Amino acid sequence: MTPEIVSLSNNWPLFVSTMLVKILVVFVVVILIVAYATWLERKVIGHMQTRLGPMETGWHGLLQPIADGLKLFFKEDIIPAKAAKFTFVLAPMMLLVPAFITFAVVPFGRDIEIGGYIVPLQITDLNVGVLYVLAMASLGAYGIVLAGWASNSKYSLLGGIRSTAQMISFELAAGLSIVAVFMLSETLSLREIVALQMEPLWGTITFLPNWYIFSQPLAFGLFILTSLIEINRTPFDLPEAESELVSGFCTEYSSMKYALFFMAEYANMVVIAAIAATLFLGGWSGPFFGPINLLLKIVAFMFFAIWLRATMPRVRYDQLMTMGWKVLIPLGLANLIVTGIVVLLVQ
Amino acid sequence: MFKEFAKGLSITFKHLLPGHSTTVQYPHVKLTPSERYRGLHRLVPTQDREKCVACYLCPTVCPAKCITVESAENEKGEKYPRVYKIDMLRCIFCGYCVEACPVEALEMTGEYELANYRRSDFEFTKERLLR
Repeated sequence: MTPEIVSLSNNWPLFVSTMLVKILVVFVVVILIVAYATWLERKVIGHMQTRLGPMETGWHGLLQPIADGLKLFFKEDIIPAKAAKFTFVLAPMMLLVPAFITFAVVPFGRDIEIGGYIVPLQITDLNVGVLYVLAMASLGAYGIVLAGWASNSKYSLLGGIRSTAQMISFELAAGLSIVAVFMLSETLSLREIVALQMEPLWGTITFLPNWYIFSQPLAFGLFILTSLIEINRTPFDLPEAESELVSGFCTEYSSMKYALFFMAEYANMVVIAAIAATLFLGGWSGPFFGPINLLLKIVAFMFFAIWLRATMPRVRYDQLMTMGWKVLIPLGLANLIVTGIVVLLVQ
Repeated sequence: MFKEFAKGLSITFKHLLPGHSTTVQYPHVKLTPSERYRGLHRLVPTQDREKCVACYLCPTVCPAKCITVESAENEKGEKYPRVYKIDMLRCIFCGYCVEACPVEALEMTGEYELANYRRSDFEFTKERLLR
């Protein structure tokens, strides 16, 4: 006799408590990944530049993120005299929060059964999940433009405007590459997109999963490239542009507020990794326990991003914008047309 | 374009593999500087005293004017430096004082860890230089 399995939503107290636990776990895990992403970055880039990276704090510098965090909390926090104080304080949070709430829709494992109830390993399954992700991704631009404006500094203002222009431009191309995926999946729910990717490739090839990277390699490439640009990841970190704009939008920031911008950068990288894994690489599906598969895919993506940073020189702003508007967006549109024709023909 | 891209990535990846790092873990591991390295000065001693005869050639030749010498005579009638000090904050480690010395009483060592907390600690007196 198997016990009857019912949906959790029939039991409100249990529903709320599991929800809180899930949110807490996801939050803590993401914070940890973000903290250790800084460690990984310093380590990988260190070795690629034939030096060691952090070694002193803990074994191979493993306690470095904690030490850095402590140090940043005790640094002097300066707010420029004529800055718009409220917005100045708000801006870094506006950049960081959207990154975290994006994880609300990322599925990270198979449904598990606790005491006769189904507990989905996903905070919530929106049927417009992909749209939600796109919407949250675009919120970050507000944080940057507000930071630039509120600082009351010309460098910051210019830097903020530059960054926002860059982020918005590449959101279009990133959006187009995502559209290609849900033309194939015919759903916007990330949970169903992952489920579809667990089937055999194109319904016939049994030894390969139906990951959308195989059907949409161009869209995958576009998504990786454009989202790296959108989150201002080196070699596309023109918003910071230390050499030309003395850190651009965050020139006037110090202490923990400054660190929040960089936390947001890494959190965004984790978001992009999770979304890329979910949309193109089969999400949590794989040989191990669900969340571990997702984690491995996230780490692999982050390694790639760091590797790219260690290899490529920074591009020029006008070259980047030209590439975005004249190459990536037309490519994305062309990919959509081809995908549309193929989908129609197959049907 | 993609070929160059892949080549660049492969180069950085090769450096990631173990055995490429050349970092010296400085406070734990110290490198010995070469023979010609110009570090902290040293007054060369002879049997019972410093070799220096207080001829004032080193403060004269010093471009940073960081050497102070005051001569005196001992009971045997030999000249010796009653005061000999070098202000390491002003010293540019050019080594002219060593070259100028007629009796080779001054030389430069490989000592390079000269950091200190107080300005007065950078004043190297005769006692500190005689080693």
